[in-house]
Amino acid sequence: MDGPVGRNRSRIGGLAARWVAVGVPAVFLAVFFVYPVGAILWRGLGEEGLGPMSDLFASARTRGVVWFTVWQALASTVITLVVALPAAALVSRLRGRYRHLIRGLVTVPFVLPTVVVAGAFEGVFFRFGLDQGDFRLRHTVWAILLAHVFFNYAVVVRIVGSFWSGLDHHLEEQARVLGAGPIQTFWAVTLPRLRPAIASACAIVFLFSFTSFGVILLLGGPRRATLETEIYRQAVTRGDLRSAAALALLQLFAVLALIAVATRLERRRPAPTGVVHRPPQPMRRAFRGANLAMMTVLLGSPIAILVERSLAVGDGYGFDHYRALTERVPQLPASAATALSTSLVFATAATAMALTVGTLTAFVVVHGRLSLRRIFDLGLTLPLGTSAVTIGFGILIALDEPPLDLRTSWWIIPIAHALVGTPFVVRTMVPVLRRIDPQIREAAAVLGASPGRVRRLVDLPIAGRGMLVGAGFAFAVSLGEFGATSFLPRRPETLTAPLALFRLLSTPGELLRGQAMALAVVLMAIVALSVVAIEAARGTEQDFL
Amino acid sequence: MTRPHFSVSLIAGLIGFIVIVLIGAACGNDDNVGDTSSPTDMGETPGDAPASSQYVTTGGNELPADPSGITLLTHDSFALSDETLATFTAQTGIEVTLLQAGDTGTMVSEAILTAGNPLGDVMFGVDNTFLARTLNAELFEPYESPNLADVPDIFKLDPQNRVTPIDFGDVCINYWTDALPADPPTTLEDLTAPEFADQLVVQNPETSSPGLAFLLATIAGTDDWEQFWADLADNGVAVTAGWEDAYYGEFISGGGDRSMVVSYASSPPAEVIYASSPIDTPPTGVLLDSCFRQIEFAGVLSGTDHPAEAQALIDFMLTPTFQDDVPLNMFVFPVANTATLPQVFGEHAQIADDPLFVDPADIEAHRDEWTDRWVEIVLG
Repeated sequence: MDGPVGRNRSRIGGLAARWVAVGVPAVFLAVFFVYPVGAILWRGLGEEGLGPMSDLFASARTRGVVWFTVWQALASTVITLVVALPAAALVSRLRGRYRHLIRGLVTVPFVLPTVVVAGAFEGVFFRFGLDQGDFRLRHTVWAILLAHVFFNYAVVVRIVGSFWSGLDHHLEEQARVLGAGPIQTFWAVTLPRLRPAIASACAIVFLFSFTSFGVILLLGGPRRATLETEIYRQAVTRGDLRSAAALALLQLFAVLALIAVATRLERRRPAPTGVVHRPPQPMRRAFRGANLAMMTVLLGSPIAILVERSLAVGDGYGFDHYRALTERVPQLPASAATALSTSLVFATAATAMALTVGTLTAFVVVHGRLSLRRIFDLGLTLPLGTSAVTIGFGILIALDEPPLDLRTSWWIIPIAHALVGTPFVVRTMVPVLRRIDPQIREAAAVLGASPGRVRRLVDLPIAGRGMLVGAGFAFAVSLGEFGATSFLPRRPETLTAPLALFRLLSTPGELLRGQAMALAVVLMAIVALSVVAIEAARGTEQDFL
Repeated sequence: MTRPHFSVSLIAGLIGFIVIVLIGAACGNDDNVGDTSSPTDMGETPGDAPASSQYVTTGGNELPADPSGITLLTHDSFALSDETLATFTAQTGIEVTLLQAGDTGTMVSEAILTAGNPLGDVMFGVDNTFLARTLNAELFEPYESPNLADVPDIFKLDPQNRVTPIDFGDVCINYWTDALPADPPTTLEDLTAPEFADQLVVQNPETSSPGLAFLLATIAGTDDWEQFWADLADNGVAVTAGWEDAYYGEFISGGGDRSMVVSYASSPPAEVIYASSPIDTPPTGVLLDSCFRQIEFAGVLSGTDHPAEAQALIDFMLTPTFQDDVPLNMFVFPVANTATLPQVFGEHAQIADDPLFVDPADIEAHRDEWTDRWVEIVLG
């Protein structure tokens, strides 16, 4: 390999690899996002240009909607960060089994359809007397924020937690030796180094809350409207594509502006970190206890209500609803169990795609040409902040002719899921890749490793953790995806579990409702186990990297 | 250091994967994931498969000797027994692929977006609240099915037969009989009486199909609907975004505390069929004077390459095989007078004698204005 022939081959390989690294994500984004979204915006606004935009801004209602959309998403992000950061600290210090278990469990809310979560929260409110009176939560903005924290807790815990566990703890120890208290150490030493991961996590939480649909309608009460719900109202209820496209364009601009801010924060280079040689001191028991208590109340109480409802049969309890999952009811084209297995197939395909595209994107964002970095970073995050209606309807009118007549192909469903999953892979990998000590990479290069070998032997093992965390998210996102899926026409055989669950809740009757709850619980169990399995695949010793 | 140099082995795997995905995606249209309607694995098919005759007739319509498969575009609530469409395939040789496109509003929007290059050959499920929108968009080819002779005239809303009525359902106030604070209400005006304060939950007509239907019921059924809703608001009406959170959230059925909800006339039989322990009488009743009638239609989509096959499917939808299968699968009523209602429907489902009705053209013309006004009055 060190002869001239070997050098030459590796240079050609490097060139090809560079093209692939840039080309695959670019083609994926162009075909499945830019072209469809462009097509639907053109269809809506083409003739009139930006005329409808000025009409929109002139309306007080739209200004109110934009303001509410932005501030509720900001508030959701800040609250989620504050609530979940201690748990991220906990997860970063736990080792082995417990760490995988907790990281798996916090991911559970991700797959729950909002109609189920909203029902569970209403149940919690009812049980604790929060449905009316002075401390009323239902149909308030607080219910929206609470649900957003519930859904997004995992984003902060997993992204920040995994990054945190790779930080060299010597600095903190030195600070403590020099007399700093724990809080001062955290503010002055730990927090600045966590900033890239926090920015990454916040960007995702923000976008998720920004485009939230079910939570706003179901928990916020009938008066609330965000850009996402307005786009739906205009496009579907009113059939006014022009206004819907204007709103979609507005949403796109808002998201672009906000991602630009987030990436600027994230890009400030953290202090590079070497290999962590030994685990930090264990945390205080009180801190650990408070964390677990928080998780139990916040994540546990709605989930407990779901489990209870899934087991309630008549006046007693039993597993009848779980057994019923294998039998087809008229409301579903196949049994709920079949829908679950369809969902698993889709989630596997979507995860593989998101992982491929996301990993390549992350490398381009960190090591690519300067001009490409910003574009890739923005572009591959954008789908997360785009309305499901825009993406679904866009695919419908754009991918309708050979060779890409995909609008009724079952492939389009995992592809749509991968669009939403990719930003998670990118956002978890970028901060991890960035902090790899250039000295390690330079040392490897000086010792004769080709750039490809550096990437394979240095970058990938260290970034692997970020990759797996991202893969877990992509899998969970696909299992729980409802919006984009429901806007794509489907064969009955490709009904996914969240859609099946929604169908079960569309006809009255205790048996159907019970089965829906059982399906939700099985979905939760599957995602927890899958995430644990995906992350444990890597083994625990690698955590020290 | 700023340019990506990747190792070939890593990249080869990744690019191979993406290529497979793209190829699979581009060719994936014919992949039938677990297709259940293949004629070869149908097992027993009802007797008289017409292999001998050159032309097949369903209701007087002539089909090509080698008919093509067609696609039925419909909403997510569409459901039938497994054997029903198989019977159609056995009788005609036409295979039907289903394509489900979300709720009715989403389906209609998608059909309008794809007009000219339609997603399917036949669309089923547009109702009278969306009918005018689809007719204005010229989505359908006119077709007068001979089987329309079995359908009462009140269901035929389009004189040009661009759409064919298939089923109907009534959206009505349901009440939980044991929880009502007084005798059941008998008129819409009763709902504003003080004894029913804080008892009713309705859906927002901007986000919910039954919500819109009930708003239309009040427009047709009260002297001054704006005053009626102002009175309802004073009487503590609750509003939710959709049917699910009304029925399972606010209504007694799901653990809520309200005894009246906007639902369907077919909800009481569903409560019996899906009760966790067998019951003889439904726990809920229906206020028949509050019912808005929703009729669902099917039509041949303009631009179809298989008009004869599409028309054959429309004919089939009005035969007893299809019509009899509708109630227990979709919880709606058949329109054909040749259909037989299942026993549980006969016993527990009520059909309003004099349902409330608004002309589809009026609905399309005034819908936004009415819902805007409703929002002002009720949500303030």
